[in-house]
Amino acid sequence: MELYVNGIGTLGPGLAGWARSRAVLAGESPSCEATPMEPSASLLPPNEQRRSSESVRWAVHVAQEALEQAEADAREVTSVFASSDGETGVLDRLCTALAMPQRTISPTLFHHSVHNAASGYWGIATGSQQSSTVMACYDSSFCAALLEATAYVHADERPVLIVAYDLPPPPPLYAARPLRGGFAAALLLTRTPAPCNLAQLDLTLSNDLSEEATSMDDARLEALRRGNHAARSLPLLAAIARQCVTLVRLEYLEDQHVLIRVRPC
Amino acid sequence: MSHASVHQHTEKDVSRLVEGRGSNQAVDNGPYNLQGRRHAVPQHRHVGARSMAPLILTHYTVVSALGKGLTETYQALRNRRSGLRLCDFEDVGITTYIGRVDDVEDMFVGGGSTSTELERFDCRNNRLALLGLQQDGFIQAAIEARERYGAHRVAVILGSSTSGILETEHAYCRRDPATGALPSSYLASHRYTHNMFSSAHFVRTYLGLRGPAMVISTACSSSAKAFATAARFIEAGFCDAAVVGGVDSLCLTILYGFASLELMSSGPCRPCDENRNGLTLGESAGFALLEKSEHAGRPGAVVLLGYGESCDGYHMSHPHPEGTGAIKAMQAALLRSALTPGDIDYIHLHGTATKANDSIEDTAVHSVFGSSTPCSSTKGWTGHTLGAAGITGAVIAAMCLTRSFVPGTLNTTRIDPSLSSHVLLENREQPVRRVLSNSFGFGGNNCSLIFGTI
Repeated sequence: MELYVNGIGTLGPGLAGWARSRAVLAGESPSCEATPMEPSASLLPPNEQRRSSESVRWAVHVAQEALEQAEADAREVTSVFASSDGETGVLDRLCTALAMPQRTISPTLFHHSVHNAASGYWGIATGSQQSSTVMACYDSSFCAALLEATAYVHADERPVLIVAYDLPPPPPLYAARPLRGGFAAALLLTRTPAPCNLAQLDLTLSNDLSEEATSMDDARLEALRRGNHAARSLPLLAAIARQCVTLVRLEYLEDQHVLIRVRPC
Repeated sequence: MSHASVHQHTEKDVSRLVEGRGSNQAVDNGPYNLQGRRHAVPQHRHVGARSMAPLILTHYTVVSALGKGLTETYQALRNRRSGLRLCDFEDVGITTYIGRVDDVEDMFVGGGSTSTELERFDCRNNRLALLGLQQDGFIQAAIEARERYGAHRVAVILGSSTSGILETEHAYCRRDPATGALPSSYLASHRYTHNMFSSAHFVRTYLGLRGPAMVISTACSSSAKAFATAARFIEAGFCDAAVVGGVDSLCLTILYGFASLELMSSGPCRPCDENRNGLTLGESAGFALLEKSEHAGRPGAVVLLGYGESCDGYHMSHPHPEGTGAIKAMQAALLRSALTPGDIDYIHLHGTATKANDSIEDTAVHSVFGSSTPCSSTKGWTGHTLGAAGITGAVIAAMCLTRSFVPGTLNTTRIDPSLSSHVLLENREQPVRRVLSNSFGFGGNNCSLIFGTI
């Protein structure tokens, strides 16, 4: 089944925005360990910008970039959010408060702790009432979201927005889950060609693990890919950036590969 | 090389057929001719859903405060025995009731004849999941599906809202006073206990499955949405069958969190009561084996006929005041199952017993179904089991279909006169052909499922 990529948003070390990322991933600009850009997430009202967590702002920021690039109406788009570890900053504050004798937690902190906080804020910011699914699959969370988005496009024909994001957890939890960098990527996918297409994808699920999953040639980007589930999207983004026919293999758990034939549009 | 490629969809797009709004055009629903099923398109606006081929729930089970497995659950519903008790969870000092599952504290995941690989998953959430798997022959059914389709062709798609966060709560009480570091035993087990994927990882490992897996986490709609994702995965050819369901267990986060929101009742919850004053928290685990009907069809089997998903796009913890998101989810489920509101015999409400939730769900149900379709909430029996509420509702719906039974609403003495839907207080014995079950969650995330029989 064919899918079309209409828009991409990225945020990460040296990869702030698709224009910059495309040049780096296509090998036109060197990768660099630049200070990660603060997400603007300007779609969020000032109140929500202040109250929402950093990971919510990262997710909304890339989602906004992908949609603006595709000139798509958020109210018509189904969304799939993928995060391995969710709101670790909020969970740290929550568990710290629960470890105190009085166990006082604020209502805002509590409702910000849900794994679907970014999806909820996206809905509030855009007014979209379309379905939004939020999933976790450890290091394969991006892959799981890609399958879900493909299945969604197949079942409903609406454009589907994938938003994958994870930030390094705060210190005590970092030792349990040492996620590197902070990375977020969003892709807007459609079943039929849209006015602006960045690539055509053909996706299959394979049990054949005889070939290695696609890695990044650049050591810095490869370290990012290995260190953050959301950056497992980098081989796909690089194939789109290079604008040539490529077969990308992404690991899905230890048992399967998602094969994506990427064709330039 | 074995590929599970995405094949071309052949069913007609229902949304194209409803352009003439209000017309009762027939829908070709493929080879699945369900007995007594009216092939008519609901009379409401296009909500973007296509019809689906029904999927069989070949096996299903649930564990909650009502008991372990279908028989105990049914008996408790039938005898109107609530599973709620005064809060006795750990040292929680909140005056409230809870729906706690007995014996989870004394369990251990791993040990015995199981491999040591499983021991690292040990935590309350996975113990509850294991207790669920052990009921009604579910493990054997899943193993048979694995042998029938191949381990790679059976998916595990579960819902959870808090996973094994209780382990992290405990670990934060044992931080190194000098460095603030968490205990090393916790650091090693975090991936297998608290991480959001943990329950699906555990169930998949336990059952020896190697197909697609994930945890859906959209708060209280999580395990309802697991059905929707599994249906899409089967339709797309990513798998032939799926273990769907969900598990959520009691923890400090939800008890103190809901207390902070002032949404928790001090007594057992009273859904739809004029004096209802909040929800009661519970815990549950439930599973269903979802398969295509041509592989597993038998007369009388329970099937998933449709699903509808939506968002409120309104507020993180308060539903849309006019219930527009809930309406959209119910309409999408009807459209996907090619049914009209009149085809639904019973609605299993989300019915959490908070003032706003019950009132807004009533507005939504009334706007789609009017005031004649019987509906009720079973939260007075089980408490609100959050991410596992969807599978709990699904299993109760399946029991209604197979046992010609409809539960009323427990603990409720007088139905709020401002509600317009047909809320049942008493249980009923009556044939039930189709049930719609609602699950609505924080972040304004909604899912409605429709079940029937073939």
